[in-house]
Amino acid sequence: MNLIQQLESEMLSNRDREDVDVRAGDTVRVHVRIREGEKTRVQVFEGAVIRIRKGGPRTTITVRKISNGVGVERIFPTQSPDLTRIEVIGRHKVRRAKLHFLRSRRGKSARLKPIRDFKRKKSKN
Amino acid sequence: MANESMGLVGRKLGMTQIYSEDGHVQPCTVVQCGPNTVLQVKTTDGRDGYNALQLGFGEQKPQRLTKAELGHSKKAGVEHGVRYIREVRVDADTVANNEPGKTLGPADVFTPGETVDATGISKGKGFAGVMKRHNFQGFIRSHGTHEFFRHGGSIGCRLTPGRVAKGKKMPGHMGARQVTVQNMEVAKIDAERNLLYVVGGVPGATGSIVTIRKAVKA
Repeated sequence: MNLIQQLESEMLSNRDREDVDVRAGDTVRVHVRIREGEKTRVQVFEGAVIRIRKGGPRTTITVRKISNGVGVERIFPTQSPDLTRIEVIGRHKVRRAKLHFLRSRRGKSARLKPIRDFKRKKSKN
Repeated sequence: MANESMGLVGRKLGMTQIYSEDGHVQPCTVVQCGPNTVLQVKTTDGRDGYNALQLGFGEQKPQRLTKAELGHSKKAGVEHGVRYIREVRVDADTVANNEPGKTLGPADVFTPGETVDATGISKGKGFAGVMKRHNFQGFIRSHGTHEFFRHGGSIGCRLTPGRVAKGKKMPGHMGARQVTVQNMEVAKIDAERNLLYVVGGVPGATGSIVTIRKAVKA
């Protein structure tokens, strides 16, 4: 293991947040700390995870939602100190790792097939 | 006037990213900047005629060095052989504060937030064409162009002047030369492991030797 890899694994073990199992096709609520001058507040961004770029502390997730009829995507570095929490509120059956095809879909065709009881299934393992 | 800014010799370890205080991602180059040992102090009054510190970095097996090289580092109190030696021109105060044998780490020289200049040997690109080497545009791919896509076009006129202008940009060897990037920010210092985090890319390949100096134009 070279020193860069060692530093990155230290970054991962030093963080204060729990590791969340996020996958492509998950519906997540991302709690983002927003700084407005002096004040900070937490904003929630809810949408579907359409892409995960893995890389230890450099991991990012792309979350897509439809806001007022407009598709909005935000890329979150998962280890950012500004993310207070990532909640997985739903999981869907997807057959690919990157769900870019959702961008060209609207309405009904943009639905994913949910995996029911995914939380219970996870706890069994 | 020579550039009299204090610096250190280090090895580029690679890049990663860290978060700044305002939560932004900062791409950083990690440089192992030490321990550096002062091998020799040169002064204006001495026989060298200028102020400088000679810094040694890294260990080398004694059988790979000449007796002269070994003796030179031994004189400074370094028992093992020194692999890399670099010199930094410094001001009179720095010279007064340093003596042969002194060990320096990044925390002794730099502070986070400070700007530095990073010098390294850039990655060699071999014999490169004009598009890669000088950012020429090349030619359009259609409208009958053939076998001419990445060429530089004409290099001169006709009988007048009858020669190619001096300094004409042409294909040739690219990279593997000394490059300095100025005014890079120090993001973080890991004093324990002698690591210096510099925002942005430091010239050179991972594992190459770089010199980090306090910014001239800070």
